[in-house]
Amino acid sequence: MMDTVKNAQATPDEEMPYADLGLRDEEYASILELLGRRPTASELAMYSIMWSEHCSYKSSKVHLKQFSSIPKGNRMLVGMGENAGVVDVGEGLAVTFKVESHNHPSYVEPYQGAATGIGGIVRDILTMGARPVLVMDPLRFGDADHPDTLRVLPGIVAGIGGYGNCLGLPNVGGEVVFDPTYQGNPLVNALCLGVMPTDRIQLSAARGVGNVVVLLGAKTGRDGIGGVSVLASATFEEDGPANRPAVQVGDPFTEKLLIEACLEIFDAKLVEGIQDLGGAGLTCALTETSAAGKSGMVAHLDRVPLREATMDPTEILASESQERMLAIVTPDNLPKVLAIAEKWGVIATAIGEVVEGDRLQILWHGEAVVDVVPGSLADDGPVYHRPMQRPADLDSLQSQALPAYPEASAELLLQMVASPNLCSRRWVVEQYDRIVMGNSVLAWPEDAGVVRLSEETGLGIALATDGNGRYTRLDPFAGAQLALAEAYRNVAATGAVPIAVTDCLNFGSPEDPEVMWQFAEATRGLAEACAYLETPVTGGNVSFYNSTAGTPINPTPVVGVLGLFDDVARRTPMGFREQGATLLLLGDTADELGGSEWAWAMHRHLGGLPPRVDLAREKLLAEVLIAGSRDGMLDSAHDLSDGGLAQALVESCLDKGIGARVVLPAGLSPFVQLFSESAGRALVSVPRSEELRFTEMCSARGLPCTRLGVTDGTALAVQDVLTVGLDELRIAYEATLPALFG
Amino acid sequence: MKIGVVTFPGSLDDRDAQRAARYAGAEAVPLWHADADLHGVDAVVLPGGFSYGDYLRCGAIARFAKVMDTLVEQAHNGLPVLGICNGFQVLCESHLLPGALTRNQHLHFIHRDQPLRIANNRTAWTTAYDEGQVITVPVKNGEGRYVADPATLDALEANGQVIAYYQGNPNGSMRDIAGITNARGNVVGIMPHPEHAIEDLCGPGTDGLGFFTSIVKALVA
Repeated sequence: MMDTVKNAQATPDEEMPYADLGLRDEEYASILELLGRRPTASELAMYSIMWSEHCSYKSSKVHLKQFSSIPKGNRMLVGMGENAGVVDVGEGLAVTFKVESHNHPSYVEPYQGAATGIGGIVRDILTMGARPVLVMDPLRFGDADHPDTLRVLPGIVAGIGGYGNCLGLPNVGGEVVFDPTYQGNPLVNALCLGVMPTDRIQLSAARGVGNVVVLLGAKTGRDGIGGVSVLASATFEEDGPANRPAVQVGDPFTEKLLIEACLEIFDAKLVEGIQDLGGAGLTCALTETSAAGKSGMVAHLDRVPLREATMDPTEILASESQERMLAIVTPDNLPKVLAIAEKWGVIATAIGEVVEGDRLQILWHGEAVVDVVPGSLADDGPVYHRPMQRPADLDSLQSQALPAYPEASAELLLQMVASPNLCSRRWVVEQYDRIVMGNSVLAWPEDAGVVRLSEETGLGIALATDGNGRYTRLDPFAGAQLALAEAYRNVAATGAVPIAVTDCLNFGSPEDPEVMWQFAEATRGLAEACAYLETPVTGGNVSFYNSTAGTPINPTPVVGVLGLFDDVARRTPMGFREQGATLLLLGDTADELGGSEWAWAMHRHLGGLPPRVDLAREKLLAEVLIAGSRDGMLDSAHDLSDGGLAQALVESCLDKGIGARVVLPAGLSPFVQLFSESAGRALVSVPRSEELRFTEMCSARGLPCTRLGVTDGTALAVQDVLTVGLDELRIAYEATLPALFG
Repeated sequence: MKIGVVTFPGSLDDRDAQRAARYAGAEAVPLWHADADLHGVDAVVLPGGFSYGDYLRCGAIARFAKVMDTLVEQAHNGLPVLGICNGFQVLCESHLLPGALTRNQHLHFIHRDQPLRIANNRTAWTTAYDEGQVITVPVKNGEGRYVADPATLDALEANGQVIAYYQGNPNGSMRDIAGITNARGNVVGIMPHPEHAIEDLCGPGTDGLGFFTSIVKALVA
């Protein structure tokens, strides 16, 4: 029989399977106390979902608070707590952006896991009232030549392409990183950015007694049940993925129609509140809207359109079927909303209403199966101060000596550019539509994606994501700051002014004190650096439990930085444009190869300390790069990071097939100058006519600027060190991924 | 001068086609799949995208949209029609053009800047080019491999109905065919995206604008 509220009152001693749903003894005890009785089966499912790590942030909350104390500046219109942060970009426009993880589903079912990762983040952006205009995908896999990477990578790439391409969203950047730390737990992070008039911002609160609760979009099926409470909030065992039904199945066509219908509804100002259905499905949407509005709500589950008629209330509440939204609409506007939905072929169903009081009542054929105060689900969840401990092996890791440095040579350069983490990503990005919508100014292989927002004025944005798990393993505080610094530098290299941050914090199990220490250090480092660089965190996502058989991944905070252009026409590309331009290295190079790509690619070595962080230098470098773009002094600018100067030279040469003649200054060995990964540096090319003006600006501002040589010919030549033809470099750079993945 | 651009459920490059029409000096008129009225436009673009999610077969459901009844009839009477990517697929499914577009031979979606050789500059949409001119426009599709039986291919080539060949075949299209026209030269289908090569800032240059300036010139004349 149906476990109604009445039934729960009549059978107070019934054993409930809370542990199977991922709830702890003490958590179940608080549920009993909050309700004053045992929960019904549906209530229990709702608490297990809303109090899961994924939904409640119960282990991370106390650390994430630091982000709230970063000065907001004068651009942030909506901050952390809503579905995504909103930033004012001027001209009456606002952008909203966020990066989120879909790691575990993508390991279990690569294509659908990755596809619905895109679908989910796109709905988060849509919910804010914005038209989604781009996606990006930071990805991390096990070793490139591991058989399981061959299983997951092609599916994940095809899934991102399959969903994003069909939505008509350009994919303008991302990352592909290989490291055995991600072998049993690849990281699939997805970022979306949307644009809206500032007066179209939508919030989730359900208010106004008598207003109607409307479910829009796909029918509800049995897919994705247990996605967040079980799949996303527990670690994998050694025998690998099971639990395939817990992964949702995506239908991008339905999502495309849902987007167009919602935007038309927003433009006509027909909704009072709106919430997407993502992880946690109807449970989350009903709870969040009523809790945010401090309203009562009644919902009739028997009115929800189903794919399978035999679904019970608990399954309907827990389903993570994709492509659904929940809107709060006045009775007057209801017919208009239903008409727009019909025009776009979107199913729309009134399933409930806002009522007096403060209780969320969910009915099944007239009988209450849930009767709770929604705030108890959304806000009264557990908060943990998890124990923390510095990893026992960190001292020995940090004090490890690096392998002996070799002589720099053409052979070493060719090996490095062909290594999996430095080689061309063409095989991946050619599977993504990077230009649909007609506003993509820069995309791969550029430092950042640049997209035009206004054809009239040229207003536009730049966006880059970065993260280095090896650096963060060696020093979580510095590693998180380096991730931010690199994304910040990448954005500035295009000429955009960095203004805001989103982050996806991928870590192991919070129940492991060493992981929790890494998390605490990384968030502390990131918060301090965001405050210093005046780039507030607008929102993001925490992904815990990324570990397999007890071994956590290298801590991997992925940081996305948003930059702003008054006119995207002045963007600086990363490739050399003209023969005979002057090459300049901005910043200082030190002997910093701890955690470097060289140590890893050539020796599988991870030890020592990551490069030193100098935020004041990052800020100065960014100012110079932006000024250079504004005054039209730069032909090209490329940030230096993984693979150091050598990699930057190769990429800038290969872009348009323009070579370079380089003379390295005296001092450090050519090897260190070419492969060190010191932060706060960029390689720029400057037309001869602008050289003096630019170098004088650098010295006036106190930024070290070293003349390296000129762009010239069809080879990369470093005097007395190496000369390699661009054709040979290109073959080495391009061949690796096609050879591995077909 | 009005160029209509049809939006089907799942059309994606419709705004881009409208922009290209405007850049060429025409007025862009949005047309809706469920509306049989062409609103007096002088030419029509069927844009790229995934109409109806590409379910069943690409273009197979769009071909039954109300707007297509009118469009097919008027195309037979000489209305200039350009089908780009998914639009080309719709034209083939509607039998306004022969052949079909199937899954790329390598089975991947592919997006790259693609050189094309113009082979017929006498259609309503290609007079701005020289015969033999090589232009670069983006190609982006998962099911863009042009196929037809040998007799059809022979006839297309013999009659000069191939309007553009790939220089470096991206998807396994038979005889490197990138675009074709009907015998009358008013209906053109092309797999790559000229509407994404109309300005230097976004896209690989301005080589694609010629399709739109050609039709504007043809309609003025």
